[in-house]
Amino acid sequence: MKPLVKLHSRTVVLPFENIDTDRIVPARFLTTTERSGLGRALFHDWRYREDGSENPDFALNRPEAKGAGILVAGRNFGCGSSREHAPWALADYGIRAVLSSEIADIFRSNALKNGVLAVVVSEAEHRWLLDHPGIELAVDVAAGTIELPDGGHIRFELDAFARQCLLDGVDQLGFLLRHAEAIAAFEQAREAA
Amino acid sequence: MTTPRTLFEKIWDSHLVAPESASAPAILYIDLQLLHEVTSPQAFDELRARGLTVRRPDRVVATLDHSTPTLPPDADGRRPYASVEAEQQVATLERNAREFGLELHGWGSAHRGIVHVIGPELGVTQPGMTIVCGDSHTSTHGAFGALAFGIGTTEVGHVLATQCLLQRKPRTLAIHVEGELRPGVGAKDLILHVIGRIGVNGGTGHVVEYRGSTIEALSMEERMTVCNMSIEAGARAGLIAPDETTFAWLKGRERAPQGADWDRAVERWRTLRSDDGARYDAEVRIDAAAIEPSITYGTHPGMVAPLAAKVPAAANAQEQRALDYMQLEAGRPLAGTPVDIVFVGSCTNSRLPDLREAASLLRGRRIADGLRMLVVPGSEQVKLDAEREGLHDVFRAAGAEWREPGCSMCLGMNGDIGKPGQLIVSTSNRNFEGRQGPGVRTVLASPLVAAATALAGRIADPRDFAAQEAA
Ligand code: SF4
Repeated sequence: MKPLVKLHSRTVVLPFENIDTDRIVPARFLTTTERSGLGRALFHDWRYREDGSENPDFALNRPEAKGAGILVAGRNFGCGSSREHAPWALADYGIRAVLSSEIADIFRSNALKNGVLAVVVSEAEHRWLLDHPGIELAVDVAAGTIELPDGGHIRFELDAFARQCLLDGVDQLGFLLRHAEAIAAFEQAREAA
Repeated sequence: MTTPRTLFEKIWDSHLVAPESASAPAILYIDLQLLHEVTSPQAFDELRARGLTVRRPDRVVATLDHSTPTLPPDADGRRPYASVEAEQQVATLERNAREFGLELHGWGSAHRGIVHVIGPELGVTQPGMTIVCGDSHTSTHGAFGALAFGIGTTEVGHVLATQCLLQRKPRTLAIHVEGELRPGVGAKDLILHVIGRIGVNGGTGHVVEYRGSTIEALSMEERMTVCNMSIEAGARAGLIAPDETTFAWLKGRERAPQGADWDRAVERWRTLRSDDGARYDAEVRIDAAAIEPSITYGTHPGMVAPLAAKVPAAANAQEQRALDYMQLEAGRPLAGTPVDIVFVGSCTNSRLPDLREAASLLRGRRIADGLRMLVVPGSEQVKLDAEREGLHDVFRAAGAEWREPGCSMCLGMNGDIGKPGQLIVSTSNRNFEGRQGPGVRTVLASPLVAAATALAGRIADPRDFAAQEAA
């Protein structure tokens, strides 16, 4: 996992509420046994028309959205399935942060484990971000702030542990493996009971 | 005196290897991990890359369900997979199960089936356990008073390697349902009603406990239908306290405790209820008598209305978009909308009583001309039981297709999908845009509503059809 310390990037806005995991990666792309390469499936049925050509009206396809690394999405982003293919696709495409006023639990947890910062901002800030697509933001993971073009700041909450993992680019398996003795002791105590 | 605790807290506390702190989440011990072919390959790759083994192969049960064809093999024994990738995904799980020494209910196993159907059926799902699977409908197992929730593939790897997960403690939400359900109203209507009431994000961050006289009166299959859709309200897990109904259902199942172990287990399971005075972070009260046969009319399960209602007016631009996608007009009756396909199946409604319910209306009748109906049992066991009762003959005689067990049209990964613009009345759990094929419109309903709709060719009320006596 790549560390995520600071991120300077433009936003791309998908204002729709309840963007579900089937929207993010349609089920027919889930037959992969790999983690990589899912960028092409990201928002597939929005991005491409039935004949396979790009849909020029879709936000991600507009010229000004190319290279944007921050997705501002409508409320309740990532609802639905537990498929980690959703954050894999976002990361593979180049999205490193998702901002919304509400983000589904499993998606958020999956995203953070893949170096994609998924954080909730207040309703008012969310509305403002939705209304200002394509602006340049500076995200500071350690400080928990997003700097706006006018110099103003948005603060976001992030679990201390998840933050450290993002900053160090380490995953959580190593942490769990270091507790092998405690796990063995727990198992023994329970199986004796 | 000890502080009264909720059922959730009791299970949580008894599985803590290490409690949470400001700097780290809790380490939660997992009793059972269920696996399927879609969300596991990358987890096994991770184990291999790090030179790790599966810590407790005895606490893992795997099956094939999502990518599997529901048509039988051809004369040469070849299965009609939707793609080479789908076949490879299945082969990958078969290989991983062999390499790591895991129990796999694959082709040929009498227990293959949808992962959330086979866990309870085998009796590996038991009260008080922590159960995970790389699948959001793991919430289903909460019907047995187990803390069961969906996880991502990275976490699947964590549990394989350490039998533990890092978790922050969720909040609790009690949903009290009191009173008797009206005739023709079932568990599916109940949970659709709940989601309509609290919204698709109403349970976010919470574990739901369903309580009250209505819940206590439900069968295990009905409880599974309810808990299954907890995730559709944003809740990772749904819980129902185990009781005599639970114990009677589990007793004698292949992997349930036997003999003296059974008695000891039941004694322990009886303590698994929320104490009087236990506090929830939020509570909702629902009157069972107010619930009607319900269906969805939009593109998320919260857009739900009584079957007899008119299409509600869009509350905002998003809802208008959903109505446009569904080609439904506000103010027009929902009943009577023409339907192309009826799907009876999925981990929400593919168990024996669901199939019996659908068959009760179809017996001695024919589905509408031009309509296609797929009936997909949840597991090999359900299929066998249904065939012993002759349900497959009822479905076939009515003009429906009787398929091999699997997820099938619930998410259409195996190629069971509709065509753009088609309307599917489905007993599954998600009506997202494109879930059942690009451009396909999905209406979620109970098996009874699905069967009535198949007969009428239009969305129809089961109360308009009396069940036919068994011939
Ligand atoms: S039946 Fe549908 S919801 Fe259930 S596990 Fe299969 S794909 Fe998921």
